[in-house]
Amino acid sequence: MGTTEHISKQFEADLDTTRTRVLQMGGLVEAQILGAIDAFATGDATLADQVIENDARVNGYEVAIDGACNHIVVKRQPAASDLRLTMAIAKIVTDIERIGDEAKKVARMSKRLHEHGPQHAQRFPAIRHTAQIAVRMLRQALDAFARLDAVAAAGVLKDDSEIDHEFRAAVRQLVTYMMEDPRTISPALDIIWVAKAVERMGDHAKNIAEQVIYIVKGTDVRHTSFADIEREIGTD
Amino acid sequence: MAKAEAKGLSFYYGEYRALKDLNLVVHENRVTALIGPSGCGKSTFLRCFNRMHDLYPGNRYEGEIVLHPDNANLLAPTVDPIEVRMRLSMVFQKPNPFPKSIFENVAYGLRVRGERSRRALADKVEVALRGAALWDEVKDRLQELAFNLSGGQQQRLCIARALATDPELLLFDEPTSSLDPIATASIEELITELKQHVTILIVTHNMQQAARVSDYTAYMYLGELIEFGVTDELFIKPRNKQTEDYITGRFG
Repeated sequence: MGTTEHISKQFEADLDTTRTRVLQMGGLVEAQILGAIDAFATGDATLADQVIENDARVNGYEVAIDGACNHIVVKRQPAASDLRLTMAIAKIVTDIERIGDEAKKVARMSKRLHEHGPQHAQRFPAIRHTAQIAVRMLRQALDAFARLDAVAAAGVLKDDSEIDHEFRAAVRQLVTYMMEDPRTISPALDIIWVAKAVERMGDHAKNIAEQVIYIVKGTDVRHTSFADIEREIGTD
Repeated sequence: MAKAEAKGLSFYYGEYRALKDLNLVVHENRVTALIGPSGCGKSTFLRCFNRMHDLYPGNRYEGEIVLHPDNANLLAPTVDPIEVRMRLSMVFQKPNPFPKSIFENVAYGLRVRGERSRRALADKVEVALRGAALWDEVKDRLQELAFNLSGGQQQRLCIARALATDPELLLFDEPTSSLDPIATASIEELITELKQHVTILIVTHNMQQAARVSDYTAYMYLGELIEFGVTDELFIKPRNKQTEDYITGRFG
């Protein structure tokens, strides 16, 4: 990977372009999460609408990159690291697209939530914080992808447990909130959906990181304990 | 289980050392593919198995090629190359049928081995032609000249000829390089069927072909064995960077 170029310049260019597109798509989705979570915190409906509208661009990237992967497979019959890269990209774009869907969901929930008034979202600043962890994970996974850095990718896997922890804390807090005043049940449910969406973003970022490890190391680390993964990355 | 084994094999064309200390196991009833750029020694290696290099003076072997189960060293000076060729068969790049009938092409090796019974010959020719997936196409024209067949059929005839003598090891030297994609596909399909009974060693320039038909792949470069492994693993996650560069088209 990387050190020697393909004899076919066109193949080299096709792979490069596809890789770049994945990063562009990832950048767009990062912005989508930030927009959605801002809309959640501030109740900015215009911003929420913009996020919802932008999701079509995310979908467009997914279709285009999938097409490019098919093109590479049929024209080049990639092997070894090229094969792993192509297969992994096809999976990574699905995860990025799903993160985009979750961002759209957050934007939609935020609009609905703020119809009940701004006070509810303000009671739960931790959700914004958790979303920032999700953004950090996505960014780190994409960085690891750009640099083909398995160690950085493993770091992402570690962060996912932090998000899961935050999610459970948020649910506990929301349950108390609902018990205190049943009139909050409807907005609290919306907030749970937002928290769940953020938690899912973390899961997808983790999947992306696992694919990066597959590209670099050739080992499928899905459904593997973190200790085993660290051992795998430590080798050679 | 090992059918054949190269042990510390080197080969010299006069002064030139074309193979350098090769150690490789050919597994029984499996397909082993040899890949590598032109001049890497893969065909030279294949030809050591049936002692073809003996045809030219000045060629020299070092080390052993052992054929199991009797551990016979094919390269031993005391071993007659003709004896060796009785145990293995080879199929070449271009179909090379003899200028004889379809029947006689397949029966030839059997006659050389002393088979006289017409009945036995006819039976064995049929079995070999069926084995090479050619029987249905030629059963009504066995006395026709082999050259009347298409290129793909001629190659399958050569495979039938190779099969007729019940070889322990079948050697293929780029058997599809002069065939169209359809004929290539039928030969590849045939190789997959044949391996249930025969051990196959195949040299191919087509890496996708190696990936499709072989169970094990050896990558050679400049007369050395660079990497040997299970085909699926070698094509997904090669251990050696030179292998990686070659199979991904980065070889410069």
